[in-house]
Amino acid sequence: MLYLTRKVEFSASHLYNNPDFSPEENRRIFGKCNNPHGHGHNYVLEVTVAGEPDPQTGMVLDLKELKEILQREILDRMDHRFLNYEVPELAGKIPTTETIASTIWTLLEPRIRQGRLHRVRLYETPDLFVDCLGNGQ
Amino acid sequence: MSDKHPTPSTPDRQPALRVVLHRRYHFSASHRLHQRHWTGEQNLRVYGKCANPHGHGHNYVLDVGVTGPVDLATGMITNLADLDAFVEREILAEFDHVYLNEQVPAFRDNVPTTENICREVFRRLRPYPHARLETIGIEETGNNSFEYSGD
Repeated sequence: MLYLTRKVEFSASHLYNNPDFSPEENRRIFGKCNNPHGHGHNYVLEVTVAGEPDPQTGMVLDLKELKEILQREILDRMDHRFLNYEVPELAGKIPTTETIASTIWTLLEPRIRQGRLHRVRLYETPDLFVDCLGNGQ
Repeated sequence: MSDKHPTPSTPDRQPALRVVLHRRYHFSASHRLHQRHWTGEQNLRVYGKCANPHGHGHNYVLDVGVTGPVDLATGMITNLADLDAFVEREILAEFDHVYLNEQVPAFRDNVPTTENICREVFRRLRPYPHARLETIGIEETGNNSFEYSGD
């Protein structure tokens, strides 16, 4: 089995607020991430696909195709967006790194037709990242 | 929050995907690789310059990986403020800017290689009450790193 990883970056803003909580609870639980105007990050996304190289091409999957999938499914949706309000898949969710990584997995998994999606790793900052590993492992 | 951007109060159920949250922490400490019951020559042969009697130091990077269900109300496996406070109390307060061999009792008789530091950190963080400890990673330098997920 071979593992191929493609890295892309996007910049986006978000805020954490649950309308079921009181304003005080929101501030206590989410701290400065509750700022109603939002704030932003330079996210770094690493997508790992597992598979056996095709004997004809020597490739697990065509990187050009993966690049296009990431552009269409992720960057066109999320880059330079306010995640809470502009990404329908995140509407009504708290766009934590856990939630965004899981959403990215759900968007990408059906699009990978050669090999299979193995891991979505999303860095919010260099010191905070989340791995989404699908339903297995 | 502005009314034109309402957040629905009943979030959709998230699929049960396996998610691991990683948080990195930094501490700087000195250590010496040395076994008391060995001769000076034995220590030098096995540990090389790391056996220098005065010790030496590193900027350690600690990666703590925790897992568990994502709480739909918060979008979180665990609140980072809780994890940060726990790691600060259990590890950083005792490990940062100290001589590990002399100032951390666990390393008096247990040579503080990064392997042993990983195991000690794992033992201390395992009781974290808000998520399951999945893995510990420690970079001793940018070129040497170690991972431990329990035995």
